[in-house]
Amino acid sequence: MSDRISVAKTYKLYLGGAFPRSESGRTYPVTDAGGKFLANAAHASRKDLREAVGAARTAFGKWSGATAYNRGQVLYRVAEVLEGRREQFTAEVAASEGVAVEQARTLVDAAVDRWVWYAGWTDKLATVLGAANPVAGPYFSFSVPEPTGVVGVLAPQRSSLLGLVSVLAPVLATGSTAVVVSSRERPLPAITLAEVLATSDVPGGVVNLLTGSAAELGPWLAAHGDVNALDLTGAPAELRAELEAAAAGTVKRVLRVPPTEPDWTEPPGITRLRSIMELKTVWHPMGA
Amino acid sequence: MPETDTAAQPSTPAAGGTGSPPAFADAVRDETSLRRFLHGLPGVDAVGLEQRAAGLATRSIKKDSKLWAIDTAISMVDLTTLEGADTEGKVRTLCAKGRRPDPEHPDVPRVAAICVYPDMVATAVAALGDSGVGVASVATAFPSGRSSLRVKLADTAYAVETGATEIDMVIDRGAFLSGRYGQVFDEIRQVKAACGTAHLKVILETGELATPDNVRRASWLGLLAGGDFIKTSTGKVSPAATLPVTHVMLQAVHDWHAATGELRGVKPAGGIRTTKDAIRYLVAVHEVAGPAWLDPHLFRFGASSLLNDLLMQRRTQLQGHYSGPDYVTVD
Repeated sequence: MSDRISVAKTYKLYLGGAFPRSESGRTYPVTDAGGKFLANAAHASRKDLREAVGAARTAFGKWSGATAYNRGQVLYRVAEVLEGRREQFTAEVAASEGVAVEQARTLVDAAVDRWVWYAGWTDKLATVLGAANPVAGPYFSFSVPEPTGVVGVLAPQRSSLLGLVSVLAPVLATGSTAVVVSSRERPLPAITLAEVLATSDVPGGVVNLLTGSAAELGPWLAAHGDVNALDLTGAPAELRAELEAAAAGTVKRVLRVPPTEPDWTEPPGITRLRSIMELKTVWHPMGA
Repeated sequence: MPETDTAAQPSTPAAGGTGSPPAFADAVRDETSLRRFLHGLPGVDAVGLEQRAAGLATRSIKKDSKLWAIDTAISMVDLTTLEGADTEGKVRTLCAKGRRPDPEHPDVPRVAAICVYPDMVATAVAALGDSGVGVASVATAFPSGRSSLRVKLADTAYAVETGATEIDMVIDRGAFLSGRYGQVFDEIRQVKAACGTAHLKVILETGELATPDNVRRASWLGLLAGGDFIKTSTGKVSPAATLPVTHVMLQAVHDWHAATGELRGVKPAGGIRTTKDAIRYLVAVHEVAGPAWLDPHLFRFGASSLLNDLLMQRRTQLQGHYSGPDYVTVD
């Protein structure tokens, strides 16, 4: 049997439930930790970002309007499909991050578990973050957490799958929609995650995944008038102040993130969930 | 000026036309000559037409030109609400928006007109005052046009009496498609007479005319009968305005000008929602009809959601970042 020639892939973006090429036509080669060519990835432009935000905004109504129970089911389904692609993810994480296959498998398992953990949160958020407030007067007063809208996420540059899942899953669990700029050097697990999302029950546009440079797209994402919250985890350190200033110009929530990437294997807590929800308080007369 | 391309190149009809409306006196003498004239119009090369429209749509308009195009497009918008659920409040809101589309940027031009049903004309006239924004009213049993001529004329007269400065009439597509051109012609004539000083826009409803050849015939019929504008569609039928169809109509007004010296307008309506679309239309206007038509008196957009997108794009151009629907009024 002769050696077969492997198929060199050129991946595309995940935008509005479809896989288009970058409007700019640009691609860039992705290499493994040792510098060996893996595949080509699309290099997203600011116009792709604009389209992504539009798609996320369109998808927001339906996704945020779905019942928390339904969102939990959909996210659990994603975890199932993730689990089904375990081997592929393990190979990609090992190649991208330059870790041993055993360790990569641990990271993939942790990512699947993380996804399931967040899936479980969807119908508990209202109880844990909301309240029936004791007030001095004949009123019911309720505080209810609501999703903020379109969340722009600059995904971690180093942790290609577990880090990505840890920043993306909370956005979906709260009912917001996401525009994600993946790690530039290690985008393959993100691309495969997009394929997982496309083949599970997540409606198109709820997650839009762009591969490219956070330094290039970050300023456009931060200043975009139709983005409600910003996660700067994967932003270059020297750009952060500038991005926060740009985000303030259009009044976005900006997630407080540590200057260097945290240890993603640590239990995440509900900080991320809480920080992208808006608390709505309603007063209602109690009646006789 | 339009190039002499292979796509649907129209020759001046009624060869030998000396450049004045009397040139067409023969054409409109009776039904038979009208039919002979309309069927004598050169056929439209549908494939070439699509190709040319697609070709022009690839032009990239940037920076200053884009800003100019956006402002021009805003000044050409006939801001439209034609719903059964229209209320006086909604019409007043729309009028306020038409007068000052973006309150934070007073330099944004006002729209060309507000387009409403006849019973809302009085409300719109009162709300617009002397702002210079016109009031367009649909009439003649809009959108189907299925009623008696008497009712259609009364409809028109009612809109004009209550203060409409522009009348958007629909042609009887049934009569047109069964070849009763004379009937359609007479109807337009009589509605035009009922309009008095108000401008008449003739809606061809190109989505129901089936072929580009029919669109060309209907365009000429509308122009011969005295329409000040020819308009693509009611917005109630899909497909509504498309670039190729608008091309054919722009060629018709261009040729009409060449033959008679009169300037007539075109109004695509329905389905134009984004700034990108609007700019493509402006490119087509410039290339097919000519730069003279880049004027609200000769080209209009019938649209409702287009205005918001134009305003958002305008802000994007000025502020250097993308804007969102939270920053414009939602009507």
